[in-house]
Amino acid sequence: MADRQRPPRATYDNYAIAAGPRLGVRGWLRWMWRQVTSMRVALILLLLLALAAIPGSVLPQWPQDPSATRAYLEQYPTVGPLLDSWGFLDVFGSAWFTAIYLLLFASLVGCIVPRTVAHARALRAPISATPRSLERYVDRTEVEVDDATQALERVRAWVRPQPRWWGAITGYRVRLDERTVKGQRQWALAADKGHVREIGNLIFHVALVGILVSMAFGSLLTHRGQALIIEGRSFTNAVAAYDSFESGGLFSPDSLLPFTLRVNSFESQFDAAGRASFFRANVTLTEPGLTPRTDMIEVNRPLQVDGGKIYLQGNGYAPNLTVTDSAGNVAHDGPVPFLPQDEAYTSEGVVKVPDVTTGEQFGLEGTLLPSAVIDGDDAYSIHPDPTNPVIFFRVYMGDLGLDTGVPQNAYQLDKAQLSPVQDEQGEPQWLAMRPGDTVDLPDGLGTVTWESMPRFVALDLRADPTLPWLLGFAIASLLGLSMSLFGSQRRLWVIAPVTDGPTVVEAAAYGPAHDTTLDDRLRAMVAAATEQEHT
Amino acid sequence: MNAQEISVMALWAATSLYAIGMVAYAVHLARAVESRGAVAAPVSVSAGAAPAPHEVEATPTPANAGASRKALGIARATTVVGLVVHTIGVVSRGIEAGHVPWSSMYEYTISGSLVAVAVFLIVQRWRDVTYLGAGVTGLATVSLGLGLSVLYAEATGLQPALQSFWLVIHVSIAVIATGVLAVGFLVSSLQLARAGRDAGPSTSRSRVRRAMRAAILGRGWRFVDVAPTPVQLEALAFRLHAVGFVLWTFTVMAGAIWAEHAWGRYWGWDPKEVWSFVIWVIYAAYLHARTTQGWAGARSAVLAIIGFAAVIMNFTVVNLVFQGLHSYADG
Repeated sequence: MADRQRPPRATYDNYAIAAGPRLGVRGWLRWMWRQVTSMRVALILLLLLALAAIPGSVLPQWPQDPSATRAYLEQYPTVGPLLDSWGFLDVFGSAWFTAIYLLLFASLVGCIVPRTVAHARALRAPISATPRSLERYVDRTEVEVDDATQALERVRAWVRPQPRWWGAITGYRVRLDERTVKGQRQWALAADKGHVREIGNLIFHVALVGILVSMAFGSLLTHRGQALIIEGRSFTNAVAAYDSFESGGLFSPDSLLPFTLRVNSFESQFDAAGRASFFRANVTLTEPGLTPRTDMIEVNRPLQVDGGKIYLQGNGYAPNLTVTDSAGNVAHDGPVPFLPQDEAYTSEGVVKVPDVTTGEQFGLEGTLLPSAVIDGDDAYSIHPDPTNPVIFFRVYMGDLGLDTGVPQNAYQLDKAQLSPVQDEQGEPQWLAMRPGDTVDLPDGLGTVTWESMPRFVALDLRADPTLPWLLGFAIASLLGLSMSLFGSQRRLWVIAPVTDGPTVVEAAAYGPAHDTTLDDRLRAMVAAATEQEHT
Repeated sequence: MNAQEISVMALWAATSLYAIGMVAYAVHLARAVESRGAVAAPVSVSAGAAPAPHEVEATPTPANAGASRKALGIARATTVVGLVVHTIGVVSRGIEAGHVPWSSMYEYTISGSLVAVAVFLIVQRWRDVTYLGAGVTGLATVSLGLGLSVLYAEATGLQPALQSFWLVIHVSIAVIATGVLAVGFLVSSLQLARAGRDAGPSTSRSRVRRAMRAAILGRGWRFVDVAPTPVQLEALAFRLHAVGFVLWTFTVMAGAIWAEHAWGRYWGWDPKEVWSFVIWVIYAAYLHARTTQGWAGARSAVLAIIGFAAVIMNFTVVNLVFQGLHSYADG
């Protein structure tokens, strides 16, 4: 049945036969198009796509982790830049990855367009007639009926309970012929159900194209921004207010809704081992023309606003520091975000003091340990909760490099023109302080006071107007896929002699090898023909 | 006795039961091979496929048939009891942790192997797949044993990123898909082995191919002859992979929806996402290969096996080696 002999594969070489006709430009183009849209090429492209994606998980990638990528380039100065220039450090934006999936989609379109046309035709055309003989089918039976016409009518009602056009989608398509085979007049009923699979198949592939197109539009229309907000402070939605802001080519910054978001407080909970169990930012959102409303943002609970969502992406401590210069004037006053570096919230932060009354500019580089354990020369944090907060500062003097006009990282000191303040032994000098402390800076530079320790939250606003489309296409593709894989593909036939009164009808069923319920369907059809209840 | 002790004890008990089941299934297979005519025949896939040449050779010996029946009885009983105890172990882990038992690698392993055994027993209900028993119980024994001894992690509360009902949906379907694809992998492997044995000594020019074929024709692989024909195995493998592929598609989509909700982007080529994509593409290639001339049969089965290798890769190397947003999976 299924062990069919396949014809041997033949290969044709257009130039092997000297006298053979030449293909010409159009011929070659048609040949190329046929190659691209052939299943074999699609298969190879699929395998290439899988293979090409793998380096994206092995090597650090620029869009996913720029700092790891930079570190990789420094670690491998010969191989790194080579890989980078070949696109291996941005696999999913590389020309070759793009080429593979675009070719794949070209192949897909080239496949589904003719198939859709052909299927639309096939749906309107009558199904193929019952074979002249059912002898060769394995699932075949004969049964006695009282009246052939009524039996056929019952079978027709059973294979297609819904008469109208959607009946052809939910049930079988039916064809009834009256014909003469070997001198005998007979009725032949053919029922076919294969088209559900093909419709599902087409829906699935069209939906895949839809997903790709939605993603393309999404990347043009999207915008996202990151902002770090300290407890008690507000943020107004404008491109300039974000620490970083990216948008697609078709996004217009004027379309941002100027809402105000105030972070009232931040709550967190950690278990004894320091694992996070709960984060929540309590906020007040004021949209233009609306009364302010209080709401909260949690990790799996973004705040919906202005067609986008605000996500809670991070949090940390922002010690409130006051720095005075050598003249006793306040040179810096306010909370300084310290970015957590590990699970125990060992955090790094800097204070840049460019506006000193006299002398050189200076900067402080600090490490905050929320639960400090000091063990000889070593100090580390054992828990994210601030049970014993300590900041260790190093002081740098010189030029902070803020006047060059080049945008600077606010969380790092540019040490190109700075030198650390050293103690008598020539070692960099450390200052340790706790909340409430005021310490003198070395060399009489001034003082630092640690007033309080509010929290900060890192918020991320993202909007992508194509998300509903994407979801719709995803659901359609899943439905289509299920239809094409689980939809049954069967042919049922009944042959009855043209006669009145009791007679014997012949019935058979045919389906793919994996269809295990074929004989069951045949029995059900025969039962319908003889008007028995099928169990 | 608390939930944690019950869970670990039940899972070790299930491991031992599966190990006994595996041995019993293997004994049954060996005996069945020796008395092929008597025991091997009743493989009730759609009637009419030509009986394989091996199934009609030897005459059964009563002693062998009896031993084979006894072994099968032991195998089935231990597998069913193993599944019950295994379920108790997984459920009490869930009670101990206070959340669904699939938030860490250990939990994923114990739940995934549970699904694989359950899929085997469910398929067994409507079609005789006894020939898969040794493979499935063996796989369950190894994964449970490795889980308990290597991957074991104390139950902890869920970190904020996992506190979502999508954990129930996304990961449970991923676990089920893994279980289904594992059984599909066994069937495809058996299909390849059976096709190799049916084909006889290789005439390939490649020495590696000839050696592989010679190995599979050895006595140690005789149990393969009890399995149905490659065509019947292919049909079963396709059904399993079709279910697995749809479930995997759903897993990826649910993951994307959750990622959009928790991380603010539906797709970011995180290592786990890359490998989920790779797996999806390989199985898609398998489904296409089945119907492509020159790829149907053995070649597509190889793709299915590569697909499962990627599933294992995604679960082991990606969790343990690659740094990504899904790295809580090893916690």
